[in-house]
Amino acid sequence: MREVQAAEITKAVRDLFVDANCNLGEDVLAAFDRGIATDESPVAREVLRELKENARIARDEQSPICQDTGLAVLFVEVGQDVHVVGGDLKAAINEGVKKGYREGYLRKSACHPFTRANTKDNTPAVIHFDIVSGDKVRIVAVPKGGGAENMSRVDMLSPSAGLEGIKDFILKRIEASGSNPCPPTVVGVGIGGTFERSALLAKKALTRKIGERNADPELAKVEVEVLERINRLGIGPMGYGGNTTSLDVFFEVEPCHIASLPVAVNVQCHAARHKEAVL
Amino acid sequence: MAEIKLKTPLTDEDVEKLKIGDKVLLTGVIYSGRDAAHKRLFDLIQSGRELPVDIRGQVIYYVGPAPAKPGKPIGSAGPTTSYRMDAFAPKLMELGLKGMIGKGNRGTEVVEAMKNYKAVYFGATGGAGALLARSIKKAETVAYEDLGPEAIQRMEVEDFPVVVINDTKGNDLYVEGAKKYRKA
Repeated sequence: MREVQAAEITKAVRDLFVDANCNLGEDVLAAFDRGIATDESPVAREVLRELKENARIARDEQSPICQDTGLAVLFVEVGQDVHVVGGDLKAAINEGVKKGYREGYLRKSACHPFTRANTKDNTPAVIHFDIVSGDKVRIVAVPKGGGAENMSRVDMLSPSAGLEGIKDFILKRIEASGSNPCPPTVVGVGIGGTFERSALLAKKALTRKIGERNADPELAKVEVEVLERINRLGIGPMGYGGNTTSLDVFFEVEPCHIASLPVAVNVQCHAARHKEAVL
Repeated sequence: MAEIKLKTPLTDEDVEKLKIGDKVLLTGVIYSGRDAAHKRLFDLIQSGRELPVDIRGQVIYYVGPAPAKPGKPIGSAGPTTSYRMDAFAPKLMELGLKGMIGKGNRGTEVVEAMKNYKAVYFGATGGAGALLARSIKKAETVAYEDLGPEAIQRMEVEDFPVVVINDTKGNDLYVEGAKKYRKA
């Protein structure tokens, strides 16, 4: 049994959240460039140039891209041949979040739902564990901002709605979201499983890189089609009008109950932040 | 696109000449305030008590900044989504508020209040927190320190870049912008 120290996990989580918040991925920057080259709206092109400049400043200063440095969401895959030693795994992850948000000058956005009192260290983190084969621990850190998260929805469609009903649900959701989620967005779509499983799939879809198509060629085609249809809505960067409303659409699909067709849309702002480490 | 330089506090004349899509560079003092601070201000108004800030002619920026690094006046400071302040905004405009800075759509009551009380809604680029922080030269907490990032801060800004989303005539840049580029 391979051993991994809890302290190593704390360090990795700390570094991942600082890195994700200050260094926007090359895939997102390249998507901004495509918008700058192709958007018909001069205002849209100007906003995209601002976003590129913002990302450059954040990287140079190692300050957060956006002041909303998110709730700390993590996908943690623990190999079944790994033994975590030297502390509690969940506590080690939360300790990493505390350190990252304190030492990285990141905003603490976690609060009590009723009193709204801030927990002051951005914990508890939202941790999605999975047990996988192998002897490694894979950690994906996803700081998730509130504005885009608020535009996300789950619906339990009638199976008769089919794939067209799903496309319709996504397009209506993005249109209703308008300028609120800081477009250009990335759209995570989870289909299948149960009520909660669809939402988790939608979130997980957001950890893909821009341009990374679904392995299923039919689904890959649907992703491209939905992206094109979203970009015909005219919303544009920041909702000021334009052809760059979303940078990508990712589908994750699993079987569901014969009576159900769960579909979840998880909206991600243009600060599409996620970083991973393998220990 | 017109680029207009304005000094805060704002007058009726300042805001009445603004049209949707105008680029405005704001200089002077503005105040931060978001969800929890708005709730507290509203409760004070409801109970007839004095506000910690005189909002007549002022601009409120819907922002919860990231902590300042040593030697910097403020951390990243872009706008938060504005509709959550919709329930409180008309009352503040009635009391003399002239401008709001945020991002995202406003409700019809807010757009109506802007017409009635002569006020405007400015958009700042959401998610451009590192860039926008450069236009904030000084920031100090003036109320509700216990709210952490949601405390009210007095900010001194220089050429803070915004776009007029809703003007005093009831126009809406989001509606007009999407109409122009829609292909569906």
